[in-house]
Amino acid sequence: MKSPARTPAGRLLRAPENFIPSDLAGEIARHGLDETRRGFLRSSFRAAGAALAAGAAGTALAQQAAAAGGGEEVILEPRPWTTSLGKPVAFAPYGMPSRYEANLQRRESPGLTRVSAASVAFAPLQGFFGIITPNGLHFERHHQGWVDVDPSQHRFMINGLVRQPRVYTMDDLMRLPSVSRIHFIECGANTGPEWGNAAVPTVQYTHGMLSCCEYTGVPLSALLDDCGADLKKGKYVLAEGADGSSMTRTIPMEMALDDVIVAWGMNGEMLRPENGYPLRLVVPGVQGVSWVKWLRRIEVGDQPWNAKDETVHYVDLMPGGMHRQYTSIQECKSVITTPSGGQVLLDKGFYNISGLAWSGRGKIKQVDVSVDGGRNWRTARLETPVLSKSLTRFNIDWVWDGSPVILQSRAMDETGYVQPRYGQLREVRGSRSIYHNNAIQSWKVAESGEVSNVHVE
Amino acid sequence: MSTSNKRFLAVCALAACLFPAAGATAAEDAASGKFPGVGRAATDAEVAAWDIDVRPDFKGLPAGKGTVQAGADIWDGKCATCHGTFGESNEVFTPIVGGTTAEDMKTGRVAALANNSQPQRTTLMKVSTVSTLWDYIHRAMPWDAPKSLSNDEVYSVLAYILNLGEIVPSDFELSDKNIAEVQALMPNRNGMTTDHGMWRVDGKPDTHNEACMKDCVAAVKVSSELPDYARNAHGDIAAQNRIIGPVRGADTLKPPLQGKAGEHADAVRAHAWSTVAEAAGAAAPAKAAGAGAAAGQEGQAAAPQADLAGAKIVAANTCVGCHAVDRKMVGPSYRDVAAKYKDQAGARDMLIQKIRKGGAGAWGPIPMPPNPAISDTDLNTAVDWILSGAPAEN
Repeated sequence: MKSPARTPAGRLLRAPENFIPSDLAGEIARHGLDETRRGFLRSSFRAAGAALAAGAAGTALAQQAAAAGGGEEVILEPRPWTTSLGKPVAFAPYGMPSRYEANLQRRESPGLTRVSAASVAFAPLQGFFGIITPNGLHFERHHQGWVDVDPSQHRFMINGLVRQPRVYTMDDLMRLPSVSRIHFIECGANTGPEWGNAAVPTVQYTHGMLSCCEYTGVPLSALLDDCGADLKKGKYVLAEGADGSSMTRTIPMEMALDDVIVAWGMNGEMLRPENGYPLRLVVPGVQGVSWVKWLRRIEVGDQPWNAKDETVHYVDLMPGGMHRQYTSIQECKSVITTPSGGQVLLDKGFYNISGLAWSGRGKIKQVDVSVDGGRNWRTARLETPVLSKSLTRFNIDWVWDGSPVILQSRAMDETGYVQPRYGQLREVRGSRSIYHNNAIQSWKVAESGEVSNVHVE
Repeated sequence: MSTSNKRFLAVCALAACLFPAAGATAAEDAASGKFPGVGRAATDAEVAAWDIDVRPDFKGLPAGKGTVQAGADIWDGKCATCHGTFGESNEVFTPIVGGTTAEDMKTGRVAALANNSQPQRTTLMKVSTVSTLWDYIHRAMPWDAPKSLSNDEVYSVLAYILNLGEIVPSDFELSDKNIAEVQALMPNRNGMTTDHGMWRVDGKPDTHNEACMKDCVAAVKVSSELPDYARNAHGDIAAQNRIIGPVRGADTLKPPLQGKAGEHADAVRAHAWSTVAEAAGAAAPAKAAGAGAAAGQEGQAAAPQADLAGAKIVAANTCVGCHAVDRKMVGPSYRDVAAKYKDQAGARDMLIQKIRKGGAGAWGPIPMPPNPAISDTDLNTAVDWILSGAPAEN
């Protein structure tokens, strides 16, 4: 890496672009110009670019400022983006994040699964703000690959214990009275690798099977009503997908009638193919596997189905060898996302500890944060909105004195349930459950500022 | 179509429907629903085509039969590539067979689940209802051609699995008539419980913690720390974090930082910046592992396109279910294939034929399935990529 041409005075920070060779900075400046068709301007712009490329003290203004007492180069010397013509509208017809944000991607965890079509891509929680997950960074979990369904050929059927089995096109469904609601979705196996010991380095891999979107669709209750569902005999519904795996999950009727949505919208646009385009079930508070993607059918029945993903997979092994079946509700949980595992605090001083809390049983009531491994706690600020079965963002001020500490967050939901410590969770469920690990997460901050994943009993 | 549904409709027809809507005949109501002009009645054939689920009480199970021997033949051609000849393979998926005993079949509880004597749980150790296996195979298998088996083939494959698990004898013929008897033999049939608080909204939680605020624990006991070998198992974490803000990602390809906070700030910032330098169009001093290059950005070094096109083709054609670039899975790694054949005359055409038609014997007992669907162009590109040493996207 090339050193900057000169050393800024005092504690001024070197801007990253100072690591770019100055001739390259000029290159960037010229590049913008090439896109204009205003040929008559080119020569003058080139002259400006050449001035930058020369790496000289810069403009007369900058020289004046420098003479008046110096300062930071990025202020004193105009940057290329300040002295060139920008790109035209609709240059990127579907906008993408800045190239400087390229590190925040969903990623697989090496060794977790052996086939990428039946795997997980974790959402980069360490980079998120607020509570909404950008659509392109929503976590992925597929059981037999993802498909891009032609919406004009997609059909949604309701059958079983109904007066009249019915079929709906996407045209039909999107005519119906819709609702838009913000809910979290968490895979039942989120934090699964951590049941036995600290296993993965960052919050992306410990908690990244978690996302939160505004979903738009029609309440399932309206569609069940439209078909004349037999609510006396019909105690359960089965949801089924249109993909190769044809995922099936049983959902109790009281949930189906409460807040379940047959959804096509996700954060203002259609669902992404990886998330079930054009139709998925939204089952607030319940683990992600029940949010059947590419939803093609709901059947009303009088018994659970014991489908493959509720009898072979997604069963929680308890210490005595019994499997808990139909463990569905995601209990109250929280995690600090900044600072978190694999990050480095650049210096001591003030930080805003920030994280996420959620509960499948309603709203978050309180989040407490400890910076001493759980000895003492302070109550964090809950940012609005605080919604039922949604992520809630919490923040708390902290001045780090540079000594080693352990950070924890502990959430309580509106039922009064408090997120358990690891010791409390393992005492009941052992360490082989795989699913539904909602223990308090601990991040150790070393004297160097480096943060790592540890477990505190 | 489900049998109870047929019954239900029959009742409807006889009684002119149990739920007559005011001011409309049953037929009109059924046709129009609650939202005029929206949706329509499903036909019997449509419901039958999609209502394929089979319940523990065998509601939905179609008539049919299949022998262990017929299942073995289907298995070798369509299942063994992923699951191993005896359902024991742990290469692509976790094993189907193993870990159950004759005693388990008597008790209906798999003892190995309690005493933890097996390294991992097989399908037969977990599954409580045989209907689940029938439905699983019928709906989702084979892996790359789901729903392609006939009902009798599903019975046959299930009979073979049950025989591998020593639940039925090798001369057994499974059918809709005797499947309930098999259920009574399932090794883990009594191994599931819904007696927990996570099935119903009003369920009672099984853990209890309190929102203690002060002097809550006498001593903080750290029970586990991230093992050293896991530090770089996910690549360079610096390349997975933002390059601005209160923190940076640690350079996990190097040992942990030593010393005090602030001493490394410049170096940590510089390394973080270097992880996006390539994507940002600047010349990076070193390639940052794990940093995804943003598509469509100018200034990226142009990798040879033909090379990576081959990699994309094998990824898109489920080849990577059995083959990896640099390690043996079910089949040999692409680099092993390249090493063996790259200087051999006629190897290119031989590999093209082998991928197209399938084959066995060159690398081990598990056969390679045929791949009739891949286009000639893609097949050529893929083989060129393999023989060039299967370069990975870097």
